[in-house]
Amino acid sequence: MSDETTEDRGPVTTLATPIRLDFDFTPGIAQSKFLRGLERGKFMGQRCPTCGKVYVPSRGSCPTDGVPTTEDVELANVGTVTTYCVVNVPFAGQSIEIPYICAQVLLDGANLSFMGLIQEIPTDQIRMGMRVEAVWVEPDELTPSLASVRYFRPNGEPDADYETYKEYL
Amino acid sequence: MAERCAVIGVGQTHHKSKREDVSIAGLVREAAKMALEDADLTWADIDAVVIGKAPDMFEGNMMPELYLAPALGAVGKPMFRVHTAGSVGGSTALVAAHLVKSGIHKRVLTVAYEKQSDSDAMWALSVPQPFAAPLLAGAGGYFAPHIRAYMRRSGAPEYIGRMVAVKDRKNAMRNPYAHLHLADIDMKMVEDSMMLWDPLRYLEACPSSDGAAAMVLSSEDAVSGHYPPAWIHGTAMRSEPTMFAGRDQINPQAGRDCSADVYAQAGITNPREQFDVAEVYVPFSWYEPMWLENLGFCELGDGWKLTESGATAFDGDIPWNASGGVLSSNPIGASGMLRFLEVAMQVRGQAGEHQVDGAKLALGQAYGGGSQFFSMWVVGSDKP
Amino acid sequence: MSAADATGRTPRPVSIASFAQSQNVRRDDEHNEVEMLMPVIAEVFGNIGITKDDVDFICSGSSDYLIGGPFSFVMALDAVGVWPPRSESHVEMDGAWALYEAWVLLQEGEIDAALVYSFGRSSLGDLNEILTLQLDPYYVAPLWPDTVSLAALQARALIDSGKATEADFAAIAARSRKDALANPKAQVANDLPVERLLEDDYVVSPLRRHALPPITDGAAAIVLAAGDKARQWADKPVWITGFDHRMETHSLGARDLTSSPSTKKAADVAGLADGPIDVAEIHAPYAHQEIIIKAALGLDDKVAINPSGGPLAANPIMSAGLIRIGEAAARISSGQAKRAVAHATSGPCLQQNLVCVLEGE
Repeated sequence: MSDETTEDRGPVTTLATPIRLDFDFTPGIAQSKFLRGLERGKFMGQRCPTCGKVYVPSRGSCPTDGVPTTEDVELANVGTVTTYCVVNVPFAGQSIEIPYICAQVLLDGANLSFMGLIQEIPTDQIRMGMRVEAVWVEPDELTPSLASVRYFRPNGEPDADYETYKEYL
Repeated sequence: MAERCAVIGVGQTHHKSKREDVSIAGLVREAAKMALEDADLTWADIDAVVIGKAPDMFEGNMMPELYLAPALGAVGKPMFRVHTAGSVGGSTALVAAHLVKSGIHKRVLTVAYEKQSDSDAMWALSVPQPFAAPLLAGAGGYFAPHIRAYMRRSGAPEYIGRMVAVKDRKNAMRNPYAHLHLADIDMKMVEDSMMLWDPLRYLEACPSSDGAAAMVLSSEDAVSGHYPPAWIHGTAMRSEPTMFAGRDQINPQAGRDCSADVYAQAGITNPREQFDVAEVYVPFSWYEPMWLENLGFCELGDGWKLTESGATAFDGDIPWNASGGVLSSNPIGASGMLRFLEVAMQVRGQAGEHQVDGAKLALGQAYGGGSQFFSMWVVGSDKP
Repeated sequence: MSAADATGRTPRPVSIASFAQSQNVRRDDEHNEVEMLMPVIAEVFGNIGITKDDVDFICSGSSDYLIGGPFSFVMALDAVGVWPPRSESHVEMDGAWALYEAWVLLQEGEIDAALVYSFGRSSLGDLNEILTLQLDPYYVAPLWPDTVSLAALQARALIDSGKATEADFAAIAARSRKDALANPKAQVANDLPVERLLEDDYVVSPLRRHALPPITDGAAAIVLAAGDKARQWADKPVWITGFDHRMETHSLGARDLTSSPSTKKAADVAGLADGPIDVAEIHAPYAHQEIIIKAALGLDDKVAINPSGGPLAANPIMSAGLIRIGEAAARISSGQAKRAVAHATSGPCLQQNLVCVLEGE
């Protein structure tokens, strides 16, 4: 036995106590429609009966009116980059090689942009207003998840005019 | 009908990336004891405790008020826990203020903290969900596109962000509690730092800190302490939906409405003129010019010009974040309360080296989430 | 002497103007939080013919750890539609405390109406493990004591103290679930004799299956009103006449688990003893806890306890306390009671307790 005292060993400053909890996720009715759309290679949104705005994905309510969004709307496969950043930070669980472009994409027909990955373009050539299209996984790999969308890429159309998307920054 | 309420004690920890010398309870006690000593009170003098922090997952401790109750002298007292995302430090102080303003309590201790090193906050923010692609890489990934949008809309030159990063870190050199003390900070150093979320560089982003803040609030008839009280002249909170068609994330309506409310209560018609100092939640450099506009310190589109002119510097006419701000210390849950606390220190004349001479009226602001939650207060050395 | 006593303040009368709750179910895997809340909020406004524009403040209660993701309250706000922007707050506590925050604001007299809501999805993860994270993160949680075992420690202490028997627990469970037959929102309702319940297996001795609350998904909302609005929205308002909450220490070893001094203190401050009580809605998730709270509140056997069935019939965590206040108010509105008390709890073995005294006219 060592004659070392407790004091000699100094304070305990760190104690690792791993926590693992598993949760089920409930997307709900509206988001299920969005996820089922992804499974078919389509973007499905919903329109607010009060203000007429189209949300994709819809969480079931109009965020400003607080009423259920009931009308299903199929959106285009193309949209506009309203704004973006280039991510150069490594983090746990990251599956994409850095640097990559993380953009707000406003799908044609939608009134809210959502975050998407932009590929097939050097990170220094991305611009606000760039027109992009969704690239999907192979048909047999489609699942009810955003993993069905591999990424967006430039579709060659001329850039959208700033005036057309400045409300959606 | 509401009672007058004042800040009579303040306390904060030395903010660091890892406070391995203390537990969570030790951390919050450090700030709370300092606030009690400043107010010349003991635990027994406190009627209720209001605590706030960001998501419980940041430390892996669910509803931590339960565990922290004895450490904060709350046994036998009302104890309340607030969570409003990044604005929580501010809204926690506001809940405490309402307990006094309503006449329910005379002395309330309010505490906010984060011990980010106890867990992995980046992980906690990136829990995978099937409808969201894992793209964000933390808060910077969320805010960087909006910063780009601001630059486009205002035509601000790209060096403005670096100016704020330098200014706030220079201010932090005057604040012994600040996490970052970068003695050699200059424009070049910021420019040479790593580009994390283009257009945001490493030194234009806030650090990740362990830290706590505490204040004792009192009613008019219970004022005590070593410094004169900081009287609360106005309090306001506003929220708007996180995502909606046509939402202006650069100049959110909730922020404009919140300031209009708090200004009306405090009789502010010209914030730049009337305030002597402001502490505003600027976790990424560009949020200074954005919030200058949102808070009405200048015309829309002119925020960057105000920053560029040096008006918000320590020796400017309206110093912003004389303490070094969130860019220099960011214990998330406490960051908002530190803004509220720092302005109280300024009008009490206890800010030491970062004291703005003759500060009498000041604005504290905190925001959270994706810029949809706001909380603000106005404090002054004179009674309202 | 307590601070609230010391101030000698007479509270501004605030009424429970409307109450709504979702169906309480074992698992709602159809709706997300927004979809779960929307009909509840529509109902709580619809009951009194108002809209979101009629309330000046919104406060909610929920817990991220039930959902398994940070900021779960953020998107839930979309069920209200806070546009133009609203004065709004959130507590990581049961909705009963959200109601307290709103009540405090109403005390200042500058606003007259508030919406309070809460949602609890207890079914998405392993609730016993999740609640373990409420414990001291350094010395207790790493041992992973589960919440049922902690409650069983308390029940054992109660039996050993001679204050109750297992048959008492069974009688409470039998009464609660029988009463729940009259509550269309209840999750567990049945009419079983005590003898039959005592044949249940122990989950953790001395707690048998019947003494445990169900795992419940549910949501609830209340509209508070003061001044003219309280009169406008109800012919006979139900008034909050006393409201307080108190905390106990965290260390179970430092507490007498068979009593609830925090409940007693809150009841004293809330003026519970100032008049007779007809109905008590007690947030005692485990059957034995009702005995402890009933004693702390000083209620006699004439008081109807948990006529809704209480948390043994439906226990949506984070909403179950708010529901107690709504249910107690409903008994007054319906004329079944003149004066009632609602209780809410938080933490292991009733660590934190809230008492709300309600009166009709």
